[in-house]
Amino acid sequence: MTAQETPTQPGPWETVKRGLQLSPELRSGLGFTVFLAAVTALGRLVVPIGAQQILDEGLLGEGGPDLGYVFTVAALGTAALILTTLANYVMNRRLFVVSEHALAALRRRTFRHIHDLSMLHQQSERRGALTARVTTDIDQISQFLQQGGMVLVTSTAQIIVATVVMVFYSWQLAIAVWIVFIPVTWMIKWLQKHLASAYTSVRRSVSAMLSAVAESVVGAGTVRAYGVGARTSERLDASIEEHRRDQTRAISRSALSFGAGELVYLGVNVIVVVLGAFLVADGSMSVGELTAFLFLVVLFTQPVVIGTETLNEAQNAVSGWRRVLDIIDTAPDVADPVDGRALPEGPLGVRFEGVRFAYPGGAEVLHGIDVDIRAHSKVAVVGETGSGKTTFAKLLTRLMDPTSGRVLLGGAPMREVTFASLRRRVTMVPQEGFLFNGTLARNVRFARPELTDAEIYVAFAELGLADWVETLPAGLDTELGEGGANLSVGERQLVSLVRAYVTDPDLLVLDEATSAVDPATELRLSSALDAVTRGRTTVIIAHRLSTAETSDEVLVFDAGELVQQGPHAELAAEAGSVYAGLHGSWVEQTRSN
Amino acid sequence: MTLPTGTAADPDDLAAGADEHILGRGLRNIGDMIRLKPKPFAVGAAGAMINTGMTLLLSYIVGWVVAGIAVPAYENGEVALGTVLLGAAALLGTSIIRFSSMCARRIGAGVMQFGVQAEWRRRITRRYLALPVSWHQKHPTGTLLSNANADVEAATRPLAPLPFACGTLFMVVVAMIAFFAIDWAIALVALGMFPALFALNAVFATKMAPRAKRAQELRAEVSAVGHESFDGALVVKAMGREAAETERFSASAGELRDAMIGVGRLRAAFEPAIAGLPEIAVLVALLVGLARFEAGAINLEQLVTVSFMFSVLAFPVRAIGWVLGDLPGSVVGRARVDHVLAATGDMAYGDKQLPATTAPATLEFDAVAYAYPDGHEALREVTFTVAPGTTVALVGATGSGKSTLAHLAARLIDPGRGTVRLDGTDLRDLDHASLARSTALVQQIPFIFDDTVRANIALDRPGLSGAGDESDDRLWDALVAAGAEKFVLNLDDGLDTEVGERGTSLSGGQRQRLTLARALAGSPRLLVLDDATSAVDPKVESQILSGLKDSSEAASVLVVAYRRATIALADEVVFLEGGRITARGPHTELLRTHPPYADLVTAYERAEAEREFDGEFDRELAAADTDHEEGAA
Repeated sequence: MTAQETPTQPGPWETVKRGLQLSPELRSGLGFTVFLAAVTALGRLVVPIGAQQILDEGLLGEGGPDLGYVFTVAALGTAALILTTLANYVMNRRLFVVSEHALAALRRRTFRHIHDLSMLHQQSERRGALTARVTTDIDQISQFLQQGGMVLVTSTAQIIVATVVMVFYSWQLAIAVWIVFIPVTWMIKWLQKHLASAYTSVRRSVSAMLSAVAESVVGAGTVRAYGVGARTSERLDASIEEHRRDQTRAISRSALSFGAGELVYLGVNVIVVVLGAFLVADGSMSVGELTAFLFLVVLFTQPVVIGTETLNEAQNAVSGWRRVLDIIDTAPDVADPVDGRALPEGPLGVRFEGVRFAYPGGAEVLHGIDVDIRAHSKVAVVGETGSGKTTFAKLLTRLMDPTSGRVLLGGAPMREVTFASLRRRVTMVPQEGFLFNGTLARNVRFARPELTDAEIYVAFAELGLADWVETLPAGLDTELGEGGANLSVGERQLVSLVRAYVTDPDLLVLDEATSAVDPATELRLSSALDAVTRGRTTVIIAHRLSTAETSDEVLVFDAGELVQQGPHAELAAEAGSVYAGLHGSWVEQTRSN
Repeated sequence: MTLPTGTAADPDDLAAGADEHILGRGLRNIGDMIRLKPKPFAVGAAGAMINTGMTLLLSYIVGWVVAGIAVPAYENGEVALGTVLLGAAALLGTSIIRFSSMCARRIGAGVMQFGVQAEWRRRITRRYLALPVSWHQKHPTGTLLSNANADVEAATRPLAPLPFACGTLFMVVVAMIAFFAIDWAIALVALGMFPALFALNAVFATKMAPRAKRAQELRAEVSAVGHESFDGALVVKAMGREAAETERFSASAGELRDAMIGVGRLRAAFEPAIAGLPEIAVLVALLVGLARFEAGAINLEQLVTVSFMFSVLAFPVRAIGWVLGDLPGSVVGRARVDHVLAATGDMAYGDKQLPATTAPATLEFDAVAYAYPDGHEALREVTFTVAPGTTVALVGATGSGKSTLAHLAARLIDPGRGTVRLDGTDLRDLDHASLARSTALVQQIPFIFDDTVRANIALDRPGLSGAGDESDDRLWDALVAAGAEKFVLNLDDGLDTEVGERGTSLSGGQRQRLTLARALAGSPRLLVLDDATSAVDPKVESQILSGLKDSSEAASVLVVAYRRATIALADEVVFLEGGRITARGPHTELLRTHPPYADLVTAYERAEAEREFDGEFDRELAAADTDHEEGAA
């Protein structure tokens, strides 16, 4: 179900290739950037070559020290350094501008794609994990592109350039250097593997730790009420300690792997000194060249050391990129149809034809539903918890697609209707209507940004809620807090109902949308809705049977089947029927004195 | 209504208002952290010093190799094997020490950094647990999460390069001494280069600070927008607002992009300069060195050593730049961490114990008032008593203050005025454990821990969390009483089923029944139900309530309710209107005497009666019409 469970992971190169495909901005001018990187790497040669020239030609040259020559070399060297520093500047600037533009676009695209995924898919992922796709994962890519990536390019260039110059000074020594270098790279690769696994457990333990912290914050009330602070802090401490242990292990492995670079340096240095001495002795190398060579060894080994670090960063970036691409490459299973059609104008009727539904990996919860809901009608859907009525509501609004059978809306098969048309004409109010951090007015404006304060106020008034708005400290400008936390649960339901009401849909589906509202307010709302819904089709998943009594028709669900259908009075009269039972217990709980 | 109000000390203002002191505050922060973990710091710093010392030694060895091996070899045309081997051995020895000291430096730095992080995280989460629920309501979850994570990381970030930087400082001092020992003119070049390099690094760090801070804030904003939008994904989808949400997110992401480009421009300008300066200095040193060589002040070996020293110093000096660069962020992070650590308003608990009995408790509200931080009064002059073994129903319209009252009863919050008492003792004087053992609150929105069903009900409480059958029996009793045994039996691993983050694998009704079972399992003497039975079958609810009345585990009950069946089970009804009790008494009496109460609880009945009346009226009208038509015909 989740994107991470893809059985075969693509290799790093495929990931990067696919990533570059999706962000063409990154490819534009890549050649020029790499050229600048090469120039920057060349700049690193100025000092070794300058030193060699000064020693050999200026100092030990025939005819004694030649100060004029030394000055020329120093001046040329300084000029070359300034030039390469400039190249470095331009390269870095380009890098930032290009990568930030590309990644902002990638963020946007990933964000949109996550919203386009089906409801079930979204719910199968932790919220934090989805947020990570558009934040930290992409941050990792940008960090790598801007720092590690270029270091990797300049390091490679530096190794190549250093090799070329080394060959020029002494091919024998250059070969010797590479003979030491190659086995060390194998060792580094091996160390890298262990390092990568250490960092994988760091990532795992950090997310476990964050979950534990989130739990202690979100569940603060429960923790306090049950006096289980000690238990909670034990668990927190354990997760914090585990994270610390994993981090320490990773840094130790990284130190060892970093130290591997030291070994290269050691091996190369010894070879250069021993062999170099013989080469100088038999005259095939000058003292200056040997000095330059010793500088070149630093130049050659430094990128190996730094490259080891950046390889690790590269791995993180590639796996971040892979997670982002996995999301983008996941086709939404409830998709906006290509060349879809718009819903016919006018009121909307609904028709279910042999609709079955099973949650992924679960048993079937709706077993072949055939039903017609007439346009303009008000229909109540009732049944025990788990009878399938919420599933019915989700199929009705195409938050999910049936496993088999089809749903027609205004005569059009739902899968062929464009989302634009569908969402404009059909609105559902879920039981836990999520409110956004911001004012009351902003929340109502969510779907209709053009509404004025006066219009919003009128909407509240039409639903008989003007009094309630008056009780708020700042009226429509009252801040609702994170997730509407400043309101009670019932008040949150009032707001989400008004938010749906202002969209003026042709089909309104209420899924236990007023379950936490007091009875008097609920009835006032329901009659207000009736008064203003003339011409609209309304389907109400009812938790209180008062709704059923005022509906044109009642659909009774039991264990995934539609067992009864008809007006309230008729159904209630069928002795021994499911509805008669439900209604009996409803009467009992509302009337008993 | 609980409105967040601006807290007295906003950490961001603290940090922003004192930009000029960043260096001082950053160094103080580092000092605090060193005091927290002195040993690993000492190991890391010693490692760094030895490491840099070895690096310097290497310069001498290289100088000696050239002058003592290469030049004689060049001049004599043959190699003194012993000297070469000595050179190789010296290189080998230095490198091994360099390797181990480098490991000590990095591991020491890591142990210190992660140790401080863990310590602060423990302190922060301790505060989270100690601070009252009202404090939590004022701080968004995302902020609290980032206090414990990103802010701690930012505050400790300078620790990673700290030992390296200390080692470098040491090396610079040693190198300066060495330069002066070799030749004053070359030392002057170094004396020019190091301050210039430090200055460049310092200017860079200062200029970077506000930009890095801005980028960090925007990163948090992008994350907040993303998190909120995905949290409300169902609403976004149901209302077809994907495009608008994408625009909202893009706006934040675009700001972050521009801020990052600003950061990048600065880095692009400074970093090459910082890298290039030492290289230019090497050339200058060579030039000066050559002039001094000409003058006979230094020999060839010294010249090579000096130029090599310049080039090996160039890179480590950047470590100081890294520490400086991380300072501004660390100051902001530290201020946020301190904001949590210094937060006051802890709910202090007394040490009075409630009697060790299982008999039902008495709950008294005595002239209780509660106001939200914005001054909005939620409750005024609330006085009532829940007598032992009785059930009191709390009834009122949406937003009338019922949940606030329930929270006061379980001491999630404290009253502004007046007193709440349990068995005659002010709740504020009670020992926390004793209070938690005696009362149980079931909240309107069930909270489930990411753990097993068993752990969620038992919560490690004595008598419930043992391994034996006895605890299991008690858990099952509670599940049966809450009407949850059937679905738990059907779970794959029964009591040991993992329920996932916030219980995502369960339905809303199942979550509610689990939290009910959690409350019942502790055999509380006072049970507070905050509209916690909406998903429970009314029959189960009445069984729970009557069970609490009669059984050996009887309890007093305060229940927020709308259902008439529930209310009818109560011995007394407390009716709230706008935060005040406007009526109290048995349900039947209030129905008769208090019209607003009757309006609320008989809403359904009246609605039906009206419909029936309308229906008859319609039928009469229809009949009249028919008569009329017949008459006309």
